[in-house]
Amino acid sequence: MNGFTGFLLRRIAGAVFVLLALSVVVYAVFYVAPGNVAQIVCGERCSPQQVALVHDKLGLDDPLYLQYGHFVQGIFAGRDFSSGTGVVHCSAPCLGQSYRTDEQVTDLILGKLPVTGSLVIGAFALWLLIGVGTGVLSAWKRGGVVERLLTWLTLAGTSTPVFVIGLLLIIILCSTLQWLPFPQYVPFTDNPEQWFWGLLLPWFSLALIESAKYARLTRSSMLETLAEDHVRTFRAYGLTERAIVGRHALRGAVAPVIALSALDAGTMFGSAVLTETLFGIPGIGRQLVESVRTVDLPVVVGVVLTTGFFVVLANAVADVLYAMADRRVVLS
Amino acid sequence: MTPVPAGAPLVEVADLHVSFGDVRAVDGLSFTLEPGAALGVVGESGSGKSASAYALLGLHRGTGARVSGAIRVGGVDVVAASDAELRSLRGGLAAMVFQDPLSSLDPYYTIGDQIAEVYRVHKGGSRRAARARAITVLDRVGIPDAARKSRSRPHEFSGGMRQRALIAMALACEPRLLIADEPTTALDVTVQAQILDLLHDLRRDTGLGLLLVTHDVGVAAESVDEVLVMRAGREVERGPVGSVLASPRESYTKALLSAVPRLSPSPGTEAAGAPPRTPFAPERRSSSNAGRAEDAAEPSTDRATGPAWPAVAEGAEPSPARGAGNCATSHARSAAVPSPRRGSGRGGVGEEPAAGEGLVMEAVGLRKRFGRGRAAFDAVDGVDLHVRRGETLGIVGESGSGKTTLGRMLVGLLEPSAGRVTRTGDVQMVFQDPVSSLNPRRSIGESVADPLRAAGERDDTRIRARVAELLARVGLDPDRYDSYPHEFSGGQRQRVGIARALAAEPKLIVCDEPVSALDVTTQAQVTELLAELQRELGLALVFVAHDLAVVRQVSDRVAVMRQGRIVEEGEVDVVYGEPKDPYTRQLLAAVPSLDPALAAVRRAARREGAEAAVA
Repeated sequence: MNGFTGFLLRRIAGAVFVLLALSVVVYAVFYVAPGNVAQIVCGERCSPQQVALVHDKLGLDDPLYLQYGHFVQGIFAGRDFSSGTGVVHCSAPCLGQSYRTDEQVTDLILGKLPVTGSLVIGAFALWLLIGVGTGVLSAWKRGGVVERLLTWLTLAGTSTPVFVIGLLLIIILCSTLQWLPFPQYVPFTDNPEQWFWGLLLPWFSLALIESAKYARLTRSSMLETLAEDHVRTFRAYGLTERAIVGRHALRGAVAPVIALSALDAGTMFGSAVLTETLFGIPGIGRQLVESVRTVDLPVVVGVVLTTGFFVVLANAVADVLYAMADRRVVLS
Repeated sequence: MTPVPAGAPLVEVADLHVSFGDVRAVDGLSFTLEPGAALGVVGESGSGKSASAYALLGLHRGTGARVSGAIRVGGVDVVAASDAELRSLRGGLAAMVFQDPLSSLDPYYTIGDQIAEVYRVHKGGSRRAARARAITVLDRVGIPDAARKSRSRPHEFSGGMRQRALIAMALACEPRLLIADEPTTALDVTVQAQILDLLHDLRRDTGLGLLLVTHDVGVAAESVDEVLVMRAGREVERGPVGSVLASPRESYTKALLSAVPRLSPSPGTEAAGAPPRTPFAPERRSSSNAGRAEDAAEPSTDRATGPAWPAVAEGAEPSPARGAGNCATSHARSAAVPSPRRGSGRGGVGEEPAAGEGLVMEAVGLRKRFGRGRAAFDAVDGVDLHVRRGETLGIVGESGSGKTTLGRMLVGLLEPSAGRVTRTGDVQMVFQDPVSSLNPRRSIGESVADPLRAAGERDDTRIRARVAELLARVGLDPDRYDSYPHEFSGGQRQRVGIARALAAEPKLIVCDEPVSALDVTTQAQVTELLAELQRELGLALVFVAHDLAVVRQVSDRVAVMRQGRIVEEGEVDVVYGEPKDPYTRQLLAAVPSLDPALAAVRRAARREGAEAAVA
């Protein structure tokens, strides 16, 4: 697997480069943005002396490149922060320290990751199931009643804002029918069963939004592979339609689905904020919105980098899966 | 398997109709095929030959095509059979081999698994037994080290190996009928010969009936006992292959046969004593009007065109008759136009150095490397060649020989890794696929005008006038500036491609497989057009092709390429008549002959050669 190792190394190098570029952009945007960071961090009632103190403590007098250098150093080697009274060490990978709470960003994010992870992974599985299933059915049984119903449902799901779907689901299933408890996030490690029931509605809401896209993609991709010559070959050799669709057409059709879904899953880590807010899930998306509002630069940069990391990671995973599914793809 | 009454024909087709919407693809076809016999269905594109073959396996079911008539294959009534009966017929009693062996196999599964899957559908049994059967049939079709190769995926096989694998799949369940739809069209000529030999051996050894669908009369001559010529969904002529090819009764068959390019110089031409290519010598053309007059007085030298063409006209190529007419009239209209332009343009013909030494292109030490490091290979590996004014240089080679890469470097579409190309004057290119080399979303006039605009012409009236002139020049209706590519047939699109190449008034046009996507009759028209343009405009042509016969027909000199090198180069008559390089000899020996008796002799010779090579 020499080629594979090389491929992996190249991917990692590329990912690091992308992430660094991303952090530069986020840094730059925030410093160009108007407003006095120290004033905001300190609060409106601070005296100019206090603001100056905060300014000093945050190291805002240092040139921009130096601040950024400290930041990068923290990621790879760790760094120290003055807490006013003493020195706090932040070990690598250190994403900095929140301006507002002095909490370390790495810890903050690590605390939120399982929450958003739970949401994204479950929703991901569901949207693939619903989307690919609908797509395959609608390509195979074009014009059937089931196909129309499913297509209509997924389309309706996508075109309805998550607030509406989520609220409807809560009202109907939790309030009127009382089939489900009101959604509430319980960590998996505390109680797996409650974790599952609490996340069921968020999963569905998020998955419905995504699934129509996948249904369409799978459908067109299926129609394409069903028209391919090798499908004709197996038809001419007496295979059943089920074997042709299930074994030969689907395998070719899922490749673009894999690629896109990996990208979506990665992005979802930072952008499931609506679902998180609606269902009261304390995830990364909500953290990001909160930090942007309070100009908590280190947290924003940390979250953006983390999200970026997942997108890049998901992409690399998709590439490998793609290559494993289709041996003609050379990893290069 | 369904028992077949003894003595009954293997295939019985009576009054078969297949229509797609309003198009009658097959229009009242009847034929029978006895067990173990071989029938060739020959026709041009759109003749309904493939639609007929597909109907034998009921493959039109569920596609929206309407099928009527009686089809019995091995005793199964295909039209009335249930889906399950049909499935057991397909691959069990009758198996099909398709044109493109790469796309006809599933890229995601190993060859062995695919064959095993087909075997288990019909015969059941364990996976292990099915895998063993797969290896047996792969071995039978001559795949070396079949057990190991059965674990490869299609893309790891060469074209010929893939077609062997597909034939192995066909053999897996011991069918009694093999339907081969253009089985060798996507293959190189030497590989084609091997596959045809394999089919021949299989028939001899297993008593397999063969229905061979092909556009290539030579392939049919090599492989079948009886031939059925189809046109517009109907039978034109049917009979023993020898007699149909040697003495066709119908005018269409005659026209079809006369359009097939031959390896040998046309006997008619030689008898008439007309030197085949010399009329295009440079000195004759320097006084262009005189040259044109002579050309007019001396119509096509190589092919019998004139009266035969109207008879050949068919749906796919709507107006060959009108096209030919246009060609003739457009001479008069456009004859005067190119010469003054050429004179006032970039150095007219007369300013060239002495005739004979008038090189329009010279390539020295040309090399093109693709890839890096260990994966690097030289697609073109040290090629020297030159093209003189007004001559045609044929570059012939099999796939992977580097001929296309070479052609692209000559035009300047690819930068050589080493060596240099010297061009005098503009060089243009005509591409293989007239469908994909034109932008479907732009009118053909816009496409033809591209080189004019690129040269700085801004005046729309002048552009339109010039494009109309060019369209007329290549035998198209000059008023079709605003038509889109899909409105044209394949041959017409290739004419558009040629018009586009002419727009820049090149000295040299490099044609990369310009006719390989076209039917033979259309092919003949396009090569005729090229020859005519050459006569009248003094163009030099580089004609890159895999088809040895076509290259012979159009070229003055020929270069034979193999693995990036030119193995032999010289005057066509010399290279084809007395080939010196063993590869050239091998290539020429592999070209199907139109004479079945000669084909049998050649097959025996190939077999001896193969055995000698093994020994």
